[in-house]
Amino acid sequence: MIPCLDVDEGRVVKGVNFIDLVDAGDPVELAARYDSQGADELVFLDITASSDARDTIVDVARRTAEQVYIPFTIGGGIRSVEDARRLLRVGADKTAVNSAAVARPELISELAREFGSQCVVASIDARRSTGPDAPESGYEVFVHGGRTPTGLDAVVWAREVERLGAGEIMLTSMDRDGTRDGFDIGLTSTISDAVGIPVIASGGVGTLDHLADGVLDGHADAVLAASIFHFGEHTVAEAKTLMASRGITVRPPQ
Amino acid sequence: MGSRPEVSRKIQIAVLDYGIGNLRSAQKTLERVGAEPVLTTDPAVVAQSDGVVLPGVGNFGRVMEAVREAGVDLLTKDAVRRGIPFMGICVGMQALYEWSEEVPDVAGLGILDGTIRLLSDEVKRPQMQWNQLSLTRPSPLFNGIEDGSWVYFVHSYAPEATGDVIATCDYGGTVTAAVQRDNVYATQFHPEKSGPVGVKIIGNFVDICARQRSDSNAARGFETSTGSVDT
Repeated sequence: MIPCLDVDEGRVVKGVNFIDLVDAGDPVELAARYDSQGADELVFLDITASSDARDTIVDVARRTAEQVYIPFTIGGGIRSVEDARRLLRVGADKTAVNSAAVARPELISELAREFGSQCVVASIDARRSTGPDAPESGYEVFVHGGRTPTGLDAVVWAREVERLGAGEIMLTSMDRDGTRDGFDIGLTSTISDAVGIPVIASGGVGTLDHLADGVLDGHADAVLAASIFHFGEHTVAEAKTLMASRGITVRPPQ
Repeated sequence: MGSRPEVSRKIQIAVLDYGIGNLRSAQKTLERVGAEPVLTTDPAVVAQSDGVVLPGVGNFGRVMEAVREAGVDLLTKDAVRRGIPFMGICVGMQALYEWSEEVPDVAGLGILDGTIRLLSDEVKRPQMQWNQLSLTRPSPLFNGIEDGSWVYFVHSYAPEATGDVIATCDYGGTVTAAVQRDNVYATQFHPEKSGPVGVKIIGNFVDICARQRSDSNAARGFETSTGSVDT
């Protein structure tokens, strides 16, 4: 169970389909709250577009490491081994790469060689695609926060990131993100079944049952959610209790 | 361990910083339990520390190369010989063994007997998840820790079963999760990433260091005995 915090200019925000951002609080405060509720890991995605964002997110990583004793991942804007090193040095456990890896796939191998595969999460944003030019699987990879189509087949790309040395895939349905309609189960199970590395399902969680569906029907190894936790609607502990009641083995809430 | 005598200075733990891995988390967890971590490879600093932590992540061969380059092999052997409480974490645990299947032609430190073996083919490697501990032998490292507690693992290799094992987990078979021999403690999991359970385990290690210091203060002027039986 992984709460996700989208960070813009040092604040947690939440949008619908990657737009219309709403402020949801201080990232480190939220991280500490989720840790105390029994979250298994945390993900911070830096969605700030400005170039001085690096220092802000490094500071978030540093402050989080001071308060949080579970693994956490930082993604967004990582383009080089040096970008990743700065975050890992201050206490992040893993780095997630997305657009930069599509533009230059060797980045994944470079990170895996330098820090080990366990430090490298390939973040994939995918959207259902139909029509004559659609990829074979019916899912296309998008980059730049979901704005730019790449023509890449999501299944082909997922297998490629595994081959390059990614240790995990964080898979976001662009169609579902922010809709609260549940994960795209077809996308999740297609990718999970196609690779041998763990897949984290993301995008669309509106109820606690959606989380269990992601594991049971989507074959995801972990599930990620944001807004159902940020605004106090549900706690991580409630999510884990529900998942356990549906027969999923979880680390019990504390 | 509220009963231990008030000490005049904090328990100093040398965290061996040989350029591999994320030491920040181990450092923060030690601070959280009231110890004073020092990132160092300076023999003088290690010599005056109350305990030593050897972290490590990544490839066994790269870790051993960096360990030898930084002189951490000699520091480790010296600290263990003098009986200072010592704790290896993850590949820092594996480094204490004789050798690893990961890089068969690179020698480990040989402080603990045995080999590091690849995890079963039946399961995804690395094991990168929370898993439950089975406590198999009493150890002060697990004071107040319940059997079945969840801790966080990231590894593809683990030490083979020997008489030193104090905890295991189930991952495609029984996997060594923690060992103790005399004053050498080691965990394959990451206590610094294992929430309150992990903080407690690190706190237990610091308590072990504190007891050792007050014992050796009591026997001032004498070298701490080595090769003692298990505590």
